[in-house]
Amino acid sequence: MIERFDPLKGERLRVLDEDGRAAPDLDPGLSDAVLRALYERMVRTRTADAKALKLQRQGRLGTYAPSLGHEAAQVGLASAMTADDWFFPYFRDLGAYLTLGYPLADYFHFWMGHEAGLRTPDGLNIFPISIPVGSQIPQAVGAGIAVKSRKLRAAVVTTFGDGATSEGDFHEGLNYAGVYRTPNVFVCINNQYAISVPRSHQTAAATIAQKALAYGFPGVQVDGNDVLAVYAAAREALATARSGGGPTLIEAYTYRLGDHTTSDDAARYRAKEEVQEWVLKDPLARFRRHLALKGLWDEASEKEIQAAAADSVEKAVAEAEARPPASVDDIFAYTYAAMPPDLEIQRAELKASLPEGRR
Amino acid sequence: MIMTMVQAIAQALAGEMARDDRIVVFGEDVGRDGGVFRATDGLYDRFGPERVMDTPLAESAAVGAAIGMAALGLRPVVEIQFMGFIYPAFNQIVSHVARLRNRTRGRFTAPVVIRTPYGAGVGALEHHSESTEALFCQIPGLTVVVPSSASDAKGLLTAALRGDDPVLFLEPTRLYRAEKQEVSEEPYEVPLRRAAVVREGRDLTIVAWGAMIPVAREAAAAAEAEGFGAEIVDLRTLSPMDRETVLASVRKTGRALILHEAPKTGGLGAEIAATIGERALLSLNAPVLRVTAPDITVPLAKSEDLYYPNAERVLRSVRKLMEY
Repeated sequence: MIERFDPLKGERLRVLDEDGRAAPDLDPGLSDAVLRALYERMVRTRTADAKALKLQRQGRLGTYAPSLGHEAAQVGLASAMTADDWFFPYFRDLGAYLTLGYPLADYFHFWMGHEAGLRTPDGLNIFPISIPVGSQIPQAVGAGIAVKSRKLRAAVVTTFGDGATSEGDFHEGLNYAGVYRTPNVFVCINNQYAISVPRSHQTAAATIAQKALAYGFPGVQVDGNDVLAVYAAAREALATARSGGGPTLIEAYTYRLGDHTTSDDAARYRAKEEVQEWVLKDPLARFRRHLALKGLWDEASEKEIQAAAADSVEKAVAEAEARPPASVDDIFAYTYAAMPPDLEIQRAELKASLPEGRR
Repeated sequence: MIMTMVQAIAQALAGEMARDDRIVVFGEDVGRDGGVFRATDGLYDRFGPERVMDTPLAESAAVGAAIGMAALGLRPVVEIQFMGFIYPAFNQIVSHVARLRNRTRGRFTAPVVIRTPYGAGVGALEHHSESTEALFCQIPGLTVVVPSSASDAKGLLTAALRGDDPVLFLEPTRLYRAEKQEVSEEPYEVPLRRAAVVREGRDLTIVAWGAMIPVAREAAAAAEAEGFGAEIVDLRTLSPMDRETVLASVRKTGRALILHEAPKTGGLGAEIAATIGERALLSLNAPVLRVTAPDITVPLAKSEDLYYPNAERVLRSVRKLMEY
């Protein structure tokens, strides 16, 4: 299906129209239960995201990169992954984290300023959030090399924004992937802005998807506000990767409805009218219309889903806030496999300088 | 068996690859060509293209990929063809390799060995002669190792390959084929984080590493003729540093000279001098001296002898120390 949409011709994969009607030949044909689950994940993502913003304003959470508007891309992608696949995320991936089963309390904990929140629970193949832009891309390719060399049946997914496609690591990583034919799925969440710089200033190419062609593998642009389109493209790219068919680049065309981070004010560089246009393309609203058409959504079920999401988010906040900050031992313990004598001395000196309760 | 340092390195790699099938060697020209210095000679034929991988020319991707490979259970050994070309990979080394264990509280680690030839003295082209080890010694989590002999090179590299920490393994280009030495055919480890007293003496301590060890030896022999007994401490692991061996020697001799071919300001010599000042001040009979390259860009081949320290410059400082 991916090859039906040629990025050089400006073709974009879309399953749902704005009214929520699915194109029959493109519909991934998911069960009612899965469709409901996709929606619940998107709602939980939006609820948790809004909560994180509120906590940040109250001084209970640090600088935060909101996911508003990205729910379809994040949830659609992660819902197509299996437990054997690997995920190398960037820093705006809340919906993917939640979908893959990362505890929300841990996720909040990290953004509250604790390394412990980045410790992926055992059994989950999720690499830590990567903040230096694009640097996770070659790492994901290395994981792909290891999957091949160890003859595992898994795909390696990495996400990044449109700004990251200007970084050397994007080009180096995709080039490696093409040469080694790694089982990678590269997902560019093109939300039109890298902080204030618009997509048109990142590249003169008409699409990001077409860049894959130069590295010798397929690229496809999908409607990033259409959860079924993202799911369908990801499912196919993942299957190709797992079966030895090589990498794919997916460009999820979407829009960052919020600020870059809580330290940013997007009103300085984009017009209200532009944002408003995209508010009307809200990925949750479109998918809700689809579910309603299928008889899978009504006001009562909405209330239940919202209440369940709010409840789970509140519990995660309480759990995260109940955790103590890292101790002196914690911040020293993981520097090396075994602590050098110098660090033991420095740790003892630091402890001696601290009041009892902070050691 | 008598061999050069570069042969000892190839032997360490071969020995560990035979012992541990998780080890994968990769980099530019490491496969069919056996490396531009032949440090991976014979590995491609013996272990095949899946374990000895030629990469496209991209240093950041090489180190970045090593992280992902390590996370999924491989033990990658990346060759950066010259240290002068390591800087595109600096972000991967500093932001990820060195801190992965800490930022995931031990869930993921990057036991990656990054090997690279470095240093002046072989009349190489521009960007092939720098000695920027201090840049990497400021990075918590990274182990920085420099061998000064063939037998140490084999043992230290073997230890690095068996360890669980990321290691930057700096190979002094000048010593690759400078001399041949008896090296055991069997695999063996020379422990990391431990300096070695490679020459005993009672009057002063010279702290050095890598290509400066032969220079220190030459200066020590000349000093002996003048009646001064120089002890030489080969640091071997620059970070984390074995301060105890340095301090024990300085407490014994009462005088210290630090010798490195990197520029003076912010060099490792400053760190060693500060350590001696903090912990052995009352043992000193003279100020700690440094013999280093000046704070200038490495001159090109025809003038590089003006740049890095030689035995004569060391000897002048030895006399200064002894006459203080």
